[in-house]
Formats: sequence, structure tokens, C-alpha cells
Amino acid sequence: MRTALFVTCLNDGLFPRSGQATVKLLRRLGVEVEFPPAQSCCGQMHWNTGYRAETARLAAHFVKVFGEYDAVVVPSASCGGMPGEAYERAAETVGDAGLARAVRELAPRVHELTGFLTDVLDVEDVGAYFPHRVTYHPTCHSLRAAPVGARPYRLLRAVAGIEFIELPAQEECCGFGGTFSVKNPAVSGAMNADKARHVLETGASVLAAVDNSCLMNIGGRLAKDGHTVRTMHLAEILARTRADGPVLDLPHSTRELTR
Amino acid sequence: MSSARDDILARVRAANATQRAEPGAVPRTYLRHAPGIDPADRAAVLALFAERLVEYGATVHRVRSADVAAVLAAALPEGSAVVPGGFPAPWLAEWTGAVIADTPPLPAGRLDTVDAVVTTCAAAIADSGTLVLDGGPGQGRRAATLLPDLHLCVVQADQVVSSIPEAIGALNPRRPLTWISGPSATADIEMIRVQGVHGPRRLTVVLVEG
Amino acid sequence: MSRTFVGWPAFPQAAAVATRDAQLRANVARATGTIRAKRAKLVAERPDWEELRDSAAALKDDVLTHLDTYLLQVEEKVTAAGGTVHWARDAAEANRIVTDLVRATGEREIVKVKSMLTEEIGLDNALAAAGIDARETDLAAAIVQLGDDLPSHVVVPALHRNRAEIRDIFVREMGRHGRPAPEGLSDDPPQLAEAARLHMREKFLKAKVAVSGANFLVAETGTAVVVESEGNGRMCLTLADTLITLVGLEKVVPTWRDLEVFLQLLARNATGERMAPYTTTWTGTTPGDGPQTFHLVLVDNGRTRALADEVGRQALRCIRCGACMNICPVYERTGGQSYGSVYPGPIGAILNPLLKGLDDPQTASLPYASSLCGACNDVCPVRIRFTDVLLELRHQVAEGDAKVKHPGEKAALRAVGAVMEHPAAWNAAIRAAGKAGPLIPKKKLPKPLSGWTDSRIVPGIPKESFRAWWERTDGGTE
Repeated sequence: MRTALFVTCLNDGLFPRSGQATVKLLRRLGVEVEFPPAQSCCGQMHWNTGYRAETARLAAHFVKVFGEYDAVVVPSASCGGMPGEAYERAAETVGDAGLARAVRELAPRVHELTGFLTDVLDVEDVGAYFPHRVTYHPTCHSLRAAPVGARPYRLLRAVAGIEFIELPAQEECCGFGGTFSVKNPAVSGAMNADKARHVLETGASVLAAVDNSCLMNIGGRLAKDGHTVRTMHLAEILARTRADGPVLDLPHSTRELTR
Repeated sequence: MSSARDDILARVRAANATQRAEPGAVPRTYLRHAPGIDPADRAAVLALFAERLVEYGATVHRVRSADVAAVLAAALPEGSAVVPGGFPAPWLAEWTGAVIADTPPLPAGRLDTVDAVVTTCAAAIADSGTLVLDGGPGQGRRAATLLPDLHLCVVQADQVVSSIPEAIGALNPRRPLTWISGPSATADIEMIRVQGVHGPRRLTVVLVEG
Repeated sequence: MSRTFVGWPAFPQAAAVATRDAQLRANVARATGTIRAKRAKLVAERPDWEELRDSAAALKDDVLTHLDTYLLQVEEKVTAAGGTVHWARDAAEANRIVTDLVRATGEREIVKVKSMLTEEIGLDNALAAAGIDARETDLAAAIVQLGDDLPSHVVVPALHRNRAEIRDIFVREMGRHGRPAPEGLSDDPPQLAEAARLHMREKFLKAKVAVSGANFLVAETGTAVVVESEGNGRMCLTLADTLITLVGLEKVVPTWRDLEVFLQLLARNATGERMAPYTTTWTGTTPGDGPQTFHLVLVDNGRTRALADEVGRQALRCIRCGACMNICPVYERTGGQSYGSVYPGPIGAILNPLLKGLDDPQTASLPYASSLCGACNDVCPVRIRFTDVLLELRHQVAEGDAKVKHPGEKAALRAVGAVMEHPAAWNAAIRAAGKAGPLIPKKKLPKPLSGWTDSRIVPGIPKESFRAWWERTDGGTE
């Protein structure tokens, strides 16, 4: 099975560690991914802001880059959902029937990371070790648009040493919403403030999610307020093993200390 | 100049002419009966009806037909009650208050001074604790069941069905229907439920079994 | 003349003010939180909830597809049952029809049942201009009217007010419009409800003309349906001599039996009740019972515009339960008035542009008043895909015929897209970003991105991108 990593533009430029962790994790599970260097962006920002012609161009680019692969793994629920949710309609809007056909054919082979782990590789315990207190924010895309269901929780609970705390009001949006956070900064900021407050209520030292966009939003708020809670893509937690040991500058989970 | 009617119908047709998708058949796979209940289990249906009425703040008396008069005498206030034509007279035999007939129709201001109204109903629904009045014998016109502060309704056990789908086919839409599910209420102030606003503030249901 | 939404600022500006109002935020959050919990409990009671939603959506789609036939059927049945049917192309025409009908009765004060349609068309102000005082009788609608306020929710229009504010409005205003509030009125909700009962009772007993909306209109029988809680609806629908009911074209349901679907969905989803306390159904007039003169006004006012929108027409399935606003995280922070319409929240964000078009900046700002979180999709009883319609309307603003455009944004996104399409350019851009990283201010971005840094810092840009790492380490193998 030829498997490609679509790292996403955000991870490529701003969160390379998430991409690196995805590569390390998949390699440990026996999957050697390729990184087609021509890849760029899924076009979600354009799509969500209403620019379908641009989305269609980026969809065509996506098909050109990834069309030949058996599987495309994406460490992002929102970017990973784009081919299935948006590309066909974008292609129809510009009247490109060939592109519509191509994306229909490709979309089922594009997998968000946790879905790839649990459904394609059929693993829950990925051999991870993370002896820290973690809470998890189910991003809206992973919750509703391209639902990954309980998969991230199952993966997290199987991590050795982890102390997992449920996030209060977890199903509520963090307020990011792409250009929403720029066009409606006051509301976005108010939503984010509540999300950050709930994160603090858990006492967790790490906030995990499957979308770095939302983590960037919540983490930006926590950092601005001077809190030390760290945001980490779920892949970064799943990639660590006992050989890596604990993360040195994070407090140990209490569960680990009492053992 | 074309009429508003013609213009609107033309706009509707123009809007629909451009649509590509034809909607599919309407699925009807929802339950015909109240969830969790065997509609043939009459005891269960009646128990649910009583439970739902109480939950929404109604007072419920479950009685045998021989006891209706005694129960009504105790449940009605001492003052006056509107009694619609066709309401069985024996049921009021033991009550000593003033029977007010609504024939000829009383002015609203007069109805407003009566303490209670007693009626029968056209149907009752267990799942939602609902009484349906259709203005038939014993039910009176709508104003009469609205202005007095207490509404007492006598329901025969065989009138109670489990669900709205079971009830609706037997109701006649040409008649004015009032579906009553508990007493008047509001939650407009801080979403706190307050019972009794404009309609009767008290609802008493006498359920006659056997 | 009471206040209107005319000239209201665009959503981002209105919302910026609202989000700073701590009292408003607390009132709205408490109310929506309460309704959400009640709804969740009652919906969980129904094992066939999804099937009811399927039926409701399919029924409404059938109505929209055959709307001309159903409207003619309504007209025929209502006329045969002694009613008079009027058609109104727009708000002005509807208001003129109702004003003329009331004038013909000679009445100067009439009573109203809460109706979103009459709020939409500004009927109260139109009647006031003709010297007719239309008194709202629903408790929440009366709070709004007495307080010269604007509604903020389709089911609970005064949800943004707390008990103390309501008490003050009653004490100050009731005496100017009829029976004053009782001496020493407290802010206890039962006392406030009692004050409303006494104030309104006087009006109900006097009223000769009532105006209502309707939740449903049955084509097969010509039957109108009003679902309510307080009994003010029954008062208006029963005690007046003349009843004028205004209904949006989309309120039709095909058959009497179809009500079994909608009556099981509406109250459960709207207020977390199995049925609302009172549902009144009537067909034309009935000798000896209720109003002997009945006028039905069928109102378009943009509905046929929405109907022509292939994606947006699903908004016309709406039965005004308000669940989308109760669940909406944006609505919870802004309240309803920020949307500048009697239809706030997710349904307002799509319905207003569909009814009115996207040519004014306020309406054109509404499709962007959402983080696209999709919570509204999940609670809608008629399965409106709000996020699909929001995206379609954004597309119409960005690339369609709408007059409101965002040229700077379009140019910027086009430029970014062009770079992303060309591997060499994108590669260079990512590398340049890493180099520029230290130069980007983390605490204060320039406009139009400055909103981001109002409440967040910008993440640092790593020196080495993923692609650079991959190249340097051969995919992490070196």
C-alpha cells in the first residue's frame, strides 16, 4: 500500500513537530509514508470564506499530488475532511466534471490520522507512553463534520502512564472557525476564553486535539494569559514511547507517581 | 395590473421550475404508539396518562363511574361552575355549587366571574398528558373553558390513547380543537416555569375507569 | 413608534458591543443552558427521534416542491369554511391589508398573539401609524413591547432580560397602557406572571379584533394551528369577533395527519416539553364558537426568493423552534439582537440573507456570523444543514452577484492560492516564513488580522519547516 502523508500547510510551516510525530508513529506501526513535496494546502480557508474557484484550483492540485496513492494520511480532521466535504461541490461550481469525478474517486482514500490508525491499521494501543495529565478537545470538524467519534479517546486511554481528564463542555466550539476568528474577533475571543477556562479547570498540563488550528487558537489564549498548559497534537502524544521517557519539563501524572 | 395572488403563484412556480432535485417519498417509520408501551396494555396506557398529567401540574383523580359525583363534589369549589350542554347531570348530583349554563352564550365578562368549568373531552393522549376538546356535547364552546380559573375535565378510560398518531385520525379538523397539556404556564422569565398565566391556572382531570 | 432593527450595525460591530455586556451574557447563557438541558432530556425519551426528523424534513420538502398547489388548496378550504384569504407580496402589502381590515372594524386597540411574521414585517408600527394600538399578549413579547425593546429569540423574545429588569419594565410601563402593575410588585417570577395576567385580562375581555400568526397551516383541510403555553393565544383566537391570521407561505403542511409529526417535534425541541400546554386548531369560522369573521393573510416577503435558491431553500423548512439558537455558541455570547433581525442565531444567519438578498452590509455580514461548528445541524428538527447554507451564502458574497464584496480579502486569498498551487513558489514561501518568523510580532498583528491578537498571541514560526526537516533527514531516517 503506497501511503502518502498530507501534512497540511499549517503543520508544515507552524507545527512541524506534529508532522514529525506522525511519521515516527506510523513508522513504528510499520507504515512508511511518502511526502510528496509538491503538496501545499487543502483550500479550507478559501472554501470556508466562500471562494470556490480558488478551492477548485487547490482541489485539482491535491488530485495531481495525491491521486496515485492508495492512502493519504492527514494529521488534521478539518483538512482531512476537505476532499470529502468540499471538493466535489467546488468542482461543480466551476463546471469541471472531470475534477468532480476525480475527487469523488480519491476522497475515500483520504484518512484523518486517528481513523487511519483504528480503522485501516486496526490498532488502539499504539505502544505510546506519556506519563502526564492530559485533557482532550474534540474539534468541531472531528466531532460533527467528519466525525471520528470515540477513536481519539480510545487511542488516548490506551497510552501507558497517561492521566486522562475529560474536558468540561468539550463539545462546544473553541471559536476558531478559520477566518471567523479574524472577521468576528470579539465573539471568537469570548468563545475561546470559555474554552481556555474549561481547560484550566481540568488541571491538565497538556491539551490535546486532532487539529492544530484549534490548538493554536486555544493555546494562543492560554499563553497570552500566562498559563503554562501546553497544546499538543494527539500524534505527538501517541508517538512517544518509554524509550523517550517523560517529557522533561512537564509535571508527571499523579497516577504515575502513586504507582 | 396582476394580483398579488397571481404574482406569488408565478414566483413560486418560477422558483420551483429551476430546481433539479425532486424530493423522495415521505418516510413514516416513526412510532405509532407511545415509546416503551404496549398500546394493548390499557393499564399501562392509563398509568402513563395519569403520570404525565401530574408531571405537568394537573390534579388527577382515578375513579370508578359510581364515584364520579362524589369526587366532583369534592374537587369543585363551592362557588359557581359553567356546565356545558350535554354534560351528564348525574355527575353533578352531589355538588352544591351554582350551575351556570352557557345558553344563551354568556358574555366574556360574565364567564370571567365564574369559578370553574366542568367538561368532558373528545380524546386524551397518554404520552403527552393531553386532553383534546372539540366543542362536542359536554365540552362547550372555547371561551367557556378558558376564562374560569379551574378547568375540571372528566375523561372516560376508553377515550385515552397512547400517542398523538393514534389520536389524530379520529379528530375532526373542521371543528375548533383545543389540545390541553397541563395548566397554562410560562417560562418567559429566566426560563423558570410558572404555572398559571392566562388560561385556567388549575387543571383537574377525573379519569373514569370501569 | 417602537424601536426597529432598521440601520442596525453589521454583525461584527454589534457583537463586539454585546460580548462586553456581562449582564446580557449571563442572562442569555443561563436561559440557553436551561433550555438545552430540558430539550436533551426530552429528546432522549424518543427512540424514534431521527425518524421523526426524517419525516418532517421530507414533508417540508414536499410542501416546497408543490407549494403552488398547496396554497391554492388552503385558499379553497379556508374560503369554503367561511374565511377570507388575502395574498401579500411583501411587508408593505401585508401591513396595508391588515390595517385596512382593522380600520373597517372601527377598533383602535387590538390584541396580538406572538407572531414572528408580524415582527418581521413590522406590523405593530404600521398599525400605530394608522392610530391603532396593537398590544402584545405573550408575556415575553409584552416585556419587549412595554420596554420598547427588540426581540432576541424566536421562542423566548425577552430571554436577554432578567427578573429585576422585567419588574422595572412592568412597574414603569404597565400603567401607561392599561391596568398598572400591582403595588409593591416583587421580581418573583410567579408575581410577575400574575401582574401580566391582570394587565392582559382586561384587554382580552375588551378586544374585538385579534391578530395572530400560525405555526402550521394544513392544506388538505385549511386548518390553522397555534401552539402556545400561556393561554394568551387561546384568548385572542377565541374571544375576539374578528381574527386576522398572518402566515408565511412556507408554513403549510400537506395533510391533517402530518401534524402528528410536527406536534411531536415542536415543543420537545423548542422548550423541552412533550406538548406545549395549549394547541389550538381551527378551520375558517364555527357558528357559535369563537370569531365569526376570519381573515387569513398569506405572506411572501422574500420567501419565493429563498425558494429559488437551490441550497438555501431548505431554510424554509424551519418551524421556528429556536433550538439552533439555544445550541449556538455564537448566539450564547452575543444574544439575538446582534443579528439585527427578529430571526437571530443560525436560522437568522441564513434566513435573513435568503429573504432579503445580500446587497446590504448588515445582511451580508450574517453568513459569516458562525464558526461553522455545526452544532445547529444536529438539533434541527427539520434537518436544515445550516453549514451548507452558510457556505453557499458566503460563496454568493465572495463570488456571486451580491453587491457587498470583500476585494482585499479576495485578492489576498487569490494570491495565497496562486502560491499554493505552484510547488516551487510554495516551497520558497514556507522557507521564507521560517526566516521571517522572528520578525513577526507575536502580540500585536496589523489590521485586518489585529482581532486575532486582541485575545491571543501568535505562535512562533519554527526555523525549520516540516518539509525542510524531511529533506534534511530523509524523512527522519537519518
